[in-house]
Amino acid sequence: MREKIVIGLVVAAALLLAYNLYQIFLVLPDEALQGAIYRIIFFHVPAAITGMIGYFVALALSVLYLSSGNFRYDSLAASVVEVSLVFSVVNIVTGSIWARIIWGIWWTWDYRLTSALVCVLIFSGYLMLRRGIDEPTQRARLSSALCIFGCIDVVIVWKSIEWFRTQHPGPVLSIRTGGGNIDPAMEHMLYMNFYAILMIAVALVLIRTRQEATSREIDSLRRLANAA
Amino acid sequence: MRSLRQALFVAGKDLAIEWRTKESLNAAAAFAVAILLLFSFAFDPFAESTRETAGGLLWLVFAFAGALVFNRGFARELPNECLDALLSSPLSAASLLLGKALGNFVLLLVLELISLFVFGIFYDVRWWLHPLNLAVVCALATWGISIVGAVFGALTVNLRLRELMLPVIIYPLLIPLLIAAIEITGTLLANRPITAYELLWGRVLVVFDVIFTALAMALAETILVN
Amino acid sequence: MPPAIELEQVWKFYGDYAALRDYTLTVSEGSCCALLGRNGAGKTTLLRILAGLSPFQRGSVRVFGELPRAGAARRQVGFLGHGIGVYEDLSARENLSFFARIAEIGSPRGVVDAWLERVGLARVATMPVRQFSRGMRQRLALARTFLHSPNVLLLDEPFTSLDDRAIATLGELLLEARQRGATIVLSTHQIREALASASHVALIENGRLRYAGERTLEMLDDPGLLYRLHMSPGHA
Repeated sequence: MREKIVIGLVVAAALLLAYNLYQIFLVLPDEALQGAIYRIIFFHVPAAITGMIGYFVALALSVLYLSSGNFRYDSLAASVVEVSLVFSVVNIVTGSIWARIIWGIWWTWDYRLTSALVCVLIFSGYLMLRRGIDEPTQRARLSSALCIFGCIDVVIVWKSIEWFRTQHPGPVLSIRTGGGNIDPAMEHMLYMNFYAILMIAVALVLIRTRQEATSREIDSLRRLANAA
Repeated sequence: MRSLRQALFVAGKDLAIEWRTKESLNAAAAFAVAILLLFSFAFDPFAESTRETAGGLLWLVFAFAGALVFNRGFARELPNECLDALLSSPLSAASLLLGKALGNFVLLLVLELISLFVFGIFYDVRWWLHPLNLAVVCALATWGISIVGAVFGALTVNLRLRELMLPVIIYPLLIPLLIAAIEITGTLLANRPITAYELLWGRVLVVFDVIFTALAMALAETILVN
Repeated sequence: MPPAIELEQVWKFYGDYAALRDYTLTVSEGSCCALLGRNGAGKTTLLRILAGLSPFQRGSVRVFGELPRAGAARRQVGFLGHGIGVYEDLSARENLSFFARIAEIGSPRGVVDAWLERVGLARVATMPVRQFSRGMRQRLALARTFLHSPNVLLLDEPFTSLDDRAIATLGELLLEARQRGATIVLSTHQIREALASASHVALIENGRLRYAGERTLEMLDDPGLLYRLHMSPGHA
């Protein structure tokens, strides 16, 4: 059943992505000020949003694990963090490339970029911590605790630097600006690609969760074998 | 209040041991002086640009040398399984954590004072011009470092790669706190007036301290009882 | 009046591996229960759960009706694990004073001095533990454990690595504790010593309770009897 869902998601994502790529590269016109490179936004923004959503989903899952003790929440949290990390890196790299071409610099200390980098650092630490703990119950508890601290920290970073440094382009999505900042066709494409990327993310999470559960099962079988 | 008293006993015990052995303080102070020396070669102490970044240099020294202090925090409970003796006693996990943070706090403040003296000499910076403001910033930022150091010291205490994990986990979390401290300290050392800008960063420090202390108290049992 | 210790269908998991399975045991107040079993059977795990050092996933554990992590429970418990639980860089007196304050003993000074006398460390009270001999450390560990006159004593293989003087001291302390109605659970390999002072026995194998009951004279005469009767075949 699970395999069918994963395959279904991957196929749907692939189809949507193919359609989107066709639209992005062949149909939509160049943006007035930026030229061709603006197309990177269709990957940059969805990746950023997917990553961020992922971390807060992981926060919720960590809290659920701590209150229920059900390992499924922990496996899911770890997978979500891993996948979110990938998308955060995509976010940073695409942003960097865009910035180099438009502004001539690879990096700037703006709140969104800084927050993204802090996320990558904190949640890399999370994965490293998990790697360093062999015992599954301890691993689940401690990484849940770290995830909670990490997410709250990200909020603090975001809010504090937002007050001070903004070189990054302002919001474009109509839900934040009330319309007028972006061509409707482009905005539509942003959402379309967001759905595609979200589906890929969910498929990856499902695959990864299964791996986590299996490795935990192997660990306990090993313990059982050693104890006998 | 009982929790606070118990926390003070724990801090007192740690400080008594530290006073006798001076193990972490010596190492941290030596490390701090070494870093300051290296910095004075890397960044010309008399260049105007260095004076602007003095705040940053100082907090880097505090953060890195401070690691030697909070690394010892829970590690000193490992020999003879003292941690078990503490956890099975009527001491609550939250009090234990608070006590460790208080111990870290005192030791870090001592370290900072030593570093400031050396810094003043190497960089010819008159750091004593705004003592009250500097003290407040140092206290707030150091408390943030202490509580995070205590929480993650507790979290990693039983892990085999503790010394490697601790810095990797702690420093990213401390980023907002350190940025805030650096901004305000930079202004104070350059003898500029405190504006709304610095006050906003001050707010970040307070928010960080309050939220992380509350989280630490709430998650103490989860982290320590494994 | 709730029993001193009550475990009901307790399961403890490390991941998916069960270290304790469906464990049910009641230890009534004033009794001395010897916990027997092979290495890795779950004796230490059980004691640590009772001392509030380890969480458990299923079932219920009560010490005088309270959860083991509750302050009220820990105030009544004295735990001696494999480590001695004292600080090397502090003196004997400083160690006991610290633990006395943590245990909220009123006028700790008098109590600490009395205990130093009791375990024969009064003369070296101000010497750092680092300079103690092994026997001295063990006696200090005993003092720390019994300091607050706990009603429940949880001792993990207490006779192991004790010298003669320390064993004698422990024996006296256990006797005194029983006389004042304390409850004792001790795990051990030294079946003979344990059975001598125990009123009850509990046999644990692979996390399961194999036998629990009063310690009979037969057991005293033939300590291997329990193992032969209740453990799985294949046990040496």
